[in-house]
Amino acid sequence: MIRLLALLILFALPAAKQAGAEEVVAGLSQNRIAITASFSGSDILVFGAVKRDTPAPEGPLQVIITLEGPPLEVTVRRKDRVAGIWVNTDAVEVDHSPSFYAVAATAPLREVLTETEDLRHAVSIPRAIRAIGTGVEDAGVFTDALIRIRTEEGSYTLDETGVDLAEETLFRTRFVMPANLTEGAYRTRILLTRNGEVVDSHETMVDVRKVGLERWLFALSREQPLIYGLLSLVLAVAAGWSASALFRYIRS
Amino acid sequence: MQIYLPIAEVSVNALVLFGLGGIVGLLSGMFGVGGGFLITPLLFFIGVPPTVAVATGANQVVASSVSGVLAHIRRRTVDFRMGWVLLAGGLLGSGLGIWVFNILSELGQIDLTVQLSYVLFLGFVGLLMFQESLRAILRARQPARKITRRHQHLLVHRLPLKMKFRTSGLYISVIPPILVGMLVGVLAAIMGVGGGFIMVPAMIYLLGMPTKVVIGTSLFQIIFVTAFTTVMHAVTNQSVDMMLALLLILGGVVGAQFGTQIGAKLKAEQLRILLALLVLGVCALLALDLLLRPGELYSISVEGRA
Repeated sequence: MIRLLALLILFALPAAKQAGAEEVVAGLSQNRIAITASFSGSDILVFGAVKRDTPAPEGPLQVIITLEGPPLEVTVRRKDRVAGIWVNTDAVEVDHSPSFYAVAATAPLREVLTETEDLRHAVSIPRAIRAIGTGVEDAGVFTDALIRIRTEEGSYTLDETGVDLAEETLFRTRFVMPANLTEGAYRTRILLTRNGEVVDSHETMVDVRKVGLERWLFALSREQPLIYGLLSLVLAVAAGWSASALFRYIRS
Repeated sequence: MQIYLPIAEVSVNALVLFGLGGIVGLLSGMFGVGGGFLITPLLFFIGVPPTVAVATGANQVVASSVSGVLAHIRRRTVDFRMGWVLLAGGLLGSGLGIWVFNILSELGQIDLTVQLSYVLFLGFVGLLMFQESLRAILRARQPARKITRRHQHLLVHRLPLKMKFRTSGLYISVIPPILVGMLVGVLAAIMGVGGGFIMVPAMIYLLGMPTKVVIGTSLFQIIFVTAFTTVMHAVTNQSVDMMLALLLILGGVVGAQFGTQIGAKLKAEQLRILLALLVLGVCALLALDLLLRPGELYSISVEGRA
């Protein structure tokens, strides 16, 4: 009897969730970005719809969309005046910070997401960065500096009105990716919230890769560093020699 | 025209790089220096990471030195024997320099070391050259005065292991040239420069070599030291950006042609005083950077994939 009940609940649960809940159906304008020699940044359009079987529940629906580059291990250093000159003194290792992070939402983040949900899903920029065991008293200042610098160079963006939502169903946003991209898998997340609680989420990957000559040079420098170094030399010597030869030819 | 640099992982304007290479080539054609002391700080300035700037700068100096030395070989102004001795010291120094570079990179003090070395050496060499060329210009204005010869018995004549250097007309110990070579090798590795601006005065004032063979000989050994440095950086740090090097070299080749033409129209001491002013100018800019409070106290360096 108990076993039967358990089985019933097991079957009923997903069904119940589907019946009451809202689901994201989403697409991307492109799911791979090729970094060629003339790469100068890229736009990516994230769009989708909210699927629901029952009428929409109470409270306004909000959408948050994030695009996150591969995580990097970075060191943030602070300069201080030592003996009259400015030198790097304290350093904090941030063992997880995305190389690129863009957040777009339908309304200011603190209105659409509770603090707990932000912590759980790591949505806002400060939550997407993790620094542990720093040993420096004011480690928070260092992560703030990291965010400030990354924001200035356009690697971290927060656009609190960036998502267009129509009829509580159709949504879309556009992310501008700068030219200085790091290779890797970029994670796109779409979060639906009601009253600050996440009701559904959806994740896809965008593959950012160097292609052609860029790919070849990068791979060679990593896999065959000696050959790469020698090749750089051959290039330099050949250029130097031909310059000298051409010079003589023009003069004569 | 933006171009994405595969190793530096930044996108820069190709014309800017071409122009930078061109300016440096112009100066190197005029003054016979590799131009590394200019290219590396300029690359920092346009956002190329320091490690890539230093390694790629070395690669660029190889190209300009090859181009220059071929012209000198034709004029027979290269002392090959002296070149090889300097080179022996240079390779030792270069290996040592790469090792120091890696340690400093880990400590996070590489930027400071590079900047401090620049300020010290540029300041020292700039002042020396400025004073010397000013005196030469003043002397040229008073032709009646008799020129006194510099004292001939330098320290280099008293040390053991003497060797004949026919092209330079010297019979001196090999120890000072090896030490000079080593010093330049260390600097080449740490600062990404060929060391011409240090090597040239050291050869004239410390070794007593005649000025006409100094530039060719210095270029000759710089080729090997910077070539070695390039390969070492490629192997240990994987920080040579071939795309960046290519653009700089192309610009440099064009610039050098114009530079040599301008250089031919100026007098030797005018050239030297201009170079001295340039060196002092770069030195002052870098010194200000160290002394003034920076606009951003924090800096980020990427250690790798998390």
